[in-house]
Amino acid sequence: MSAYILSAQHLNKSYIQRSGRFGFTTKQVKALDDVSIQLRAGATLAVVGESGSGKSTLARCLLQLQPLNSGAVQFQGRDLAVLSAAELRQQRRHLQMIFQDPFASLNPRMKIGAIVGEGLLIHKLGNALEQRQKVVQMLKRVCLSEADMEKYPHEFSGGQRQRIGIARALVLEPKVVVCDEPVSALDVSIQAQILLLLKELQQEMALSYLFISHDLRVVRHIADEVVVMHQGKVVEQGLVADIYANPTQAYTRNLINAIPGRQRAANPS
Amino acid sequence: MKRALSNPLALSGFIIIASIFVLALAAPIIAPFDPEAIDVKAILLSPSMQHLMGTDGLGRDVFSRMLFGARISLLVGIVAVGIATAIGIVLGAISGYYRGWVDVVIMRFVDVMLSIPTFFLILAVIAFLTPSIWNIMIVIGLTSWMGVTRMVRAEFLSLRGREFVLAAETLGAKDARLIFKHLLPNSLTPIIVSSVLGVASAVLVESGLSFLGLGVQAPQASWGNILTDGKEYIQFAWWLSLFPGLAILITVLGYNLLGEGLRDALDPRT
Repeated sequence: MSAYILSAQHLNKSYIQRSGRFGFTTKQVKALDDVSIQLRAGATLAVVGESGSGKSTLARCLLQLQPLNSGAVQFQGRDLAVLSAAELRQQRRHLQMIFQDPFASLNPRMKIGAIVGEGLLIHKLGNALEQRQKVVQMLKRVCLSEADMEKYPHEFSGGQRQRIGIARALVLEPKVVVCDEPVSALDVSIQAQILLLLKELQQEMALSYLFISHDLRVVRHIADEVVVMHQGKVVEQGLVADIYANPTQAYTRNLINAIPGRQRAANPS
Repeated sequence: MKRALSNPLALSGFIIIASIFVLALAAPIIAPFDPEAIDVKAILLSPSMQHLMGTDGLGRDVFSRMLFGARISLLVGIVAVGIATAIGIVLGAISGYYRGWVDVVIMRFVDVMLSIPTFFLILAVIAFLTPSIWNIMIVIGLTSWMGVTRMVRAEFLSLRGREFVLAAETLGAKDARLIFKHLLPNSLTPIIVSSVLGVASAVLVESGLSFLGLGVQAPQASWGNILTDGKEYIQFAWWLSLFPGLAILITVLGYNLLGEGLRDALDPRT
């Protein structure tokens, strides 16, 4: 148990959807159906699945950004779902998130320095000078410069913005980082750079990643273990190498066969 | 701001409003006569070099009265809209951020207020209070906040799920930081536009009230009560009705141009 830094047991989350002609009848849509996952300290666990399979809901529920219907989220031995609002805010420092859309994830009215430094300010880590130094250091680590602190998000490209998002999450020196499709909105050439950066940072800062993606090529690149989700349920989990070599579920085989350039190799015709 | 002023609509509106402001502020310097000084030897004179807009039934210089009346109109417009916007931001923010039953209560209250014809409500309230410029500003403000409330609520609802707001929440931001640092600054553009448009309608309401005798009281000048004075003499002293009417028209037009122009210039989707 102690080997896992973040684990979730029997998570359930459903949305009420109005249906019928006047919306009088309602339908429950299960976004998470008895989902349990375990993230080993220092490892990368990938969650894969098609759109609507509940991956992003899982990420948001793990971070308590959306309330769960039931289930427990253990982080370093504490159940996040039962913490008070103030205790949860304290814990957030160790649990960060990198978002999918680099154009929506930065406040357009804040300067980069303020965006990256906001977490330090919230958790009152160090005085103003130390905070500034940390922000500069972090920006340099993600290949941005000190001068960028005075700029606004719209002055940057997608890849640069994603680096800013990474800097914002990592400046707090978290233990677990949830990456919600961090490269799916980027060009393929930029994707590789960002993945490499994430890998390097994982080594340097002893991070554990929960990596959400629909792209199995990306997952193979970065993850140690993988969880396959389909319609809110976990259908298969295991080591990346095992699952890729020997998928037991038809759904997983479909996903693997859907990797571009792989179809022909699998069925030579 | 630079983008806003390069928009021809916004620029022309801005020039109109700015010139009226300058005239109103400089009224004591520019005005050739005391606006309340009665001169029985100069009753109902038509416009001339001495009296640019003529004189009224008591021999007061209309141009001077117009200048001082501009102060009333601008002040009423701005203070009333200031009150309405403040109420709208507070209620809209609470409604859109906390949702749940608070939202339901506030929105139903908005619906109730919207179902009452505002002008008659104002008339009724002013009839009970003493008609003074302060009462008018407060009453106009208290009856025109519903639009802002709905707009701020809608902005908050749509921004609340955006990734940068979730990111701030993940960092551990408290409600106050989320509201004042992330949600409110990103809702300001529509608030500014609707406030500017709101000033135009507040100016109209004040003129209407003064015209009906429930607004600014004589001898203090306001565009509305100059019009009222003029209506008795309209057959032979056209200047008493024309100039205040034009002034109201130009001011309202100016605010509308500025508001529409700002909307076009600040909307990132266009």
